[in-house]
Amino acid sequence: MAAAPPHVAYVAERFYDDEAPPPSTVGFTAWLRENLFSSPLNSALTVISVTLLALYLPGLFQWAVTHSVWNASSLRECRAIMDASFGEGVRGACWAVINERFMQLIYGFYPSALRWRPNIAFVLLLIAMIPVLFETMRSLLWIAGGGLAIKAATTVVSLAQGDGFGPLQSPTTYFMVGALVLAYFFGGREHRRKWLILSALFPVIAYFLLWGGAFGLDRVPSSRFGGFLLTMIIGVTGIAASLPIGIALALGRRSDMVFIRSISVMFIEFIRGVPLITLLFVASTLLNYFLPPGTEFDLILRVLIMVTLFASAYMAEVVRGGLAALPKGQYEAADAMGLTYWQSMRLIILPQALKISIPGIVNTFIGLFKDTTLVAVIGLLDPLGLTNPIRADSNWNGIVWELYGFIGFVFFLFCWGMSQYSMFLERKLRAGDRR
Amino acid sequence: MDDAIVEPRPVDRTKLSVSDELSIEIANLNKWYGEFHVLKNIDLSVYKGERIVICGPSGSGKSTLIRCINALEEHQKGSISVNGVTLTSDLKKVDEVRREVGMVFQHFNLFPHLTILENCTLAPIWVRKMPKQEAEELAMQLLTRVKIPEQAHKYPGQLSGGQQQRVAIARALCMRPKVMLFDEPTSALDPEMIKEVLDTMIILAEEGMTMLCVTHEMGFARQVANRVIFMDRGQIVEQNEPEEFFHNPRNDRTKLFLSQILGH
Repeated sequence: MAAAPPHVAYVAERFYDDEAPPPSTVGFTAWLRENLFSSPLNSALTVISVTLLALYLPGLFQWAVTHSVWNASSLRECRAIMDASFGEGVRGACWAVINERFMQLIYGFYPSALRWRPNIAFVLLLIAMIPVLFETMRSLLWIAGGGLAIKAATTVVSLAQGDGFGPLQSPTTYFMVGALVLAYFFGGREHRRKWLILSALFPVIAYFLLWGGAFGLDRVPSSRFGGFLLTMIIGVTGIAASLPIGIALALGRRSDMVFIRSISVMFIEFIRGVPLITLLFVASTLLNYFLPPGTEFDLILRVLIMVTLFASAYMAEVVRGGLAALPKGQYEAADAMGLTYWQSMRLIILPQALKISIPGIVNTFIGLFKDTTLVAVIGLLDPLGLTNPIRADSNWNGIVWELYGFIGFVFFLFCWGMSQYSMFLERKLRAGDRR
Repeated sequence: MDDAIVEPRPVDRTKLSVSDELSIEIANLNKWYGEFHVLKNIDLSVYKGERIVICGPSGSGKSTLIRCINALEEHQKGSISVNGVTLTSDLKKVDEVRREVGMVFQHFNLFPHLTILENCTLAPIWVRKMPKQEAEELAMQLLTRVKIPEQAHKYPGQLSGGQQQRVAIARALCMRPKVMLFDEPTSALDPEMIKEVLDTMIILAEEGMTMLCVTHEMGFARQVANRVIFMDRGQIVEQNEPEEFFHNPRNDRTKLFLSQILGH
């Protein structure tokens, strides 16, 4: 071995104290520098973006807020008000159409005396979702509290207008108070199983609440359903049913049993290969030819089945991706311990595969939720289906942006909520197992 | 090149004993991957308490052989019976064998979404139907034996390779297996972690565990094994007591392999 070169030997004489980082590398300036002006290209993009925002945001804000009209009975009246208050020819948003048709956009033609039933179904849906999505019922406190706050606000408005306590005295209020109390006292982790029983029963309860026909509830025919009520029915059913069916199909596609595998493959490839519109047309028209004459087969039910099957096929491929991404060793380790197929799927494989697939799963959910608007094509009156009759009304003839903007905004809220939840879930699960 | 061999701690050989009771009996085992003949006419009887080291060049079929014993690989001809249960395509028999045979993998294969403790208690709870508390006590006891009880509530990703492999050993032991299979347990480890895993395996040997190890750790083979098997091209080429095997190999291929691996 060669001798060490001279001047190599070194011994530290003291340990340095910790010092604060240079001021330009922390805080707001550092953030600006890193995120907005990190390179010439980034700086140029920042300047361009800010300019564009400065050009267009004020106009949009004026249109949507300062120059908007909330109370009017027709587009003509809207324009008259704008001319009078903001100056001749100034145009803002005529939100009055939303104000006037709000109930219709929410419930479709659901009888107004019975609208407490979808309301309760919606509150129940929130309650049923929480134990599935979270470990405790804490979020129910916020939801029920928020709902009651909205109720209180409407009551104040109603009192001010001299209409009395009407809005507060509704079944929904009592229901939310009850939920709040229950969630407060029995919302802990240890009670989650009991709440999950409610989640399992929810589809049945919701069916009877919405359609009635039993327990003294008046029957409401499917033709009266519409608006966001219909969107929620199709979206929630599709989401809740497509995940388990998709998982089953994904497992089937990877099965050793040829028969199960081929059925899964054929199903997935067929359904994925056909546009949803086609399936919906099959549901609305073609199916009648195959069913015995005189069979009563509800249109909404048919649509639900088609939408669910369609989403399941996509879901199956998303989950299959997650299953394929797991190292083979996970399957082998589970096998070597003597776990049965279903045990190893449930305890080892699916928890990991689904975790990997969360972005894809939520992506499919969001896609499905927005695809529910396609039912307008076969004549169901979902919010988009309602825009045509509303725009055809002579009072609102000529209105476009406000209606579609509002519907788009509501859809955005739902999809954004799902996206936020998916990110919350990813963060939570990542905190658990760091690789 | 002696530094390539990790010397595990000395073994109290008086504690090592072999009974005359059969544990595994493999007769005329043949396996093909498609057209490729991986295992050829393997005959092997393993008695309780034996520590067998299987070595050989890569692709010689040594991993495949031990993976056949717990039916991770299917065999096409011949018979394997473990503790009197003969492996057939009947899944019940397969599960019956797997319950009594523990396996440790090259890449540990711990379940990353479960804590160390949950990794260990999973099989006892779901396969042995052991009450949770009892399973946890057993797991803690075994984690103590592999010297990492303090890691019980961490996740596998937070542990070093050597610690993960010791957890994998504890996890297999939680099923109270009668036989342990080791598939290159130290091949994925850094040198300084190999020793801690080998030392853990020695504890097992001293407790009388029947062990089959596919490994290239010749120091371990010398110290612990009562039999060394050399495989090449899908067959058992030579087997002997470690002393004889290392100092007096008879087959030319064994000589070549040993000269390569020991560097003489």
